[in-house]
Amino acid sequence: MNGPFAFTLALGDDALIAAQRLAEWTTRAPEMEEDIALANIALDQLGAARLLLSYAGELEGAGRDEDALAYLRDDREFRNCLLVELPNGDFAVTMAKLLALSAYQLPLYTALAGCADERLAAIGAKARKESAYHLDHAALWVKRLGDGTEESHRRMQAGIDQVWPYVHELFAAPPGAPVDPATLRGDFDTTVAAVLAEATLTLPDSGWAPGGGRDGVHTEHLSYLLAEMQVLARAHPGARW
Amino acid sequence: MSDSSPLWEVFVRARRGLAHTHVGSLHAPDAELALRNARDLYTRRQEGVSIWVVPASGITASSPDEKDAFFDPAADKVYRHPTFYEVPEGVAHL
Repeated sequence: MNGPFAFTLALGDDALIAAQRLAEWTTRAPEMEEDIALANIALDQLGAARLLLSYAGELEGAGRDEDALAYLRDDREFRNCLLVELPNGDFAVTMAKLLALSAYQLPLYTALAGCADERLAAIGAKARKESAYHLDHAALWVKRLGDGTEESHRRMQAGIDQVWPYVHELFAAPPGAPVDPATLRGDFDTTVAAVLAEATLTLPDSGWAPGGGRDGVHTEHLSYLLAEMQVLARAHPGARW
Repeated sequence: MSDSSPLWEVFVRARRGLAHTHVGSLHAPDAELALRNARDLYTRRQEGVSIWVVPASGITASSPDEKDAFFDPAADKVYRHPTFYEVPEGVAHL
């Protein structure tokens, strides 16, 4: 895989899998307003995924469009980070995941908006506004749950503890990437530290840093997610509404 | 749910120069979240450029029982309408 293709595909897969996971909350969120908010965020991610995967298909030059990339690849061909494929867990786990993802995507898209590749710059410029809102939404809930009742604090801390080992993978760049994610780590840490301090939460002190998503080595959860996401396109090739 | 998530009334300004208009209500635990929920519920199709949220409990409304005393006395006072003036020819924007 060439550098720009691998990079664009990884970002597109992050957004696509995050969208699919968030969409699982539809009709199941704690309250109706949150249900719509999560669906909105899922649709933002899906919108970014479509732009990124379409462009990735063009960079690859093998005639694959966004649908071919989304629906006709197997788990080992996906390049998303493990963070986005983890099960939703309870609402606190989902908010911990969204906090990590949006605190990463915001500086990433912002950096992309100023990169030399015009297509990626345009996608970054559009997506960063959405990411800013996702971050705002996640931070709002993390603060309220962390600094809420004894039970909400316990569950929010458990959510952070559960997803945080998966954060480290986000900052390893595929070779030839137009933006090196390692340079975003400072921004990410500052953003997260401010939210967690207000939420009276702490980061787990663990050296465990699972990875492999960018090389196509995933958790078993991705296979189940793909089975559900891809079944229609595979059972009815070329199906249209 | 009503204890932890009271009702809020939502007002949206469609564009600069217009007044905020009541568009509906929603549940939220506090004002900040009410504003976010309003953004997601009522402005997802570019309906507005500004949002107000007001606790529904903060609104004092006229009662339907008082309708007669409140509104009927105005019914026969046509002189309150500015309709008894001759509009000079050539006056624009009237």
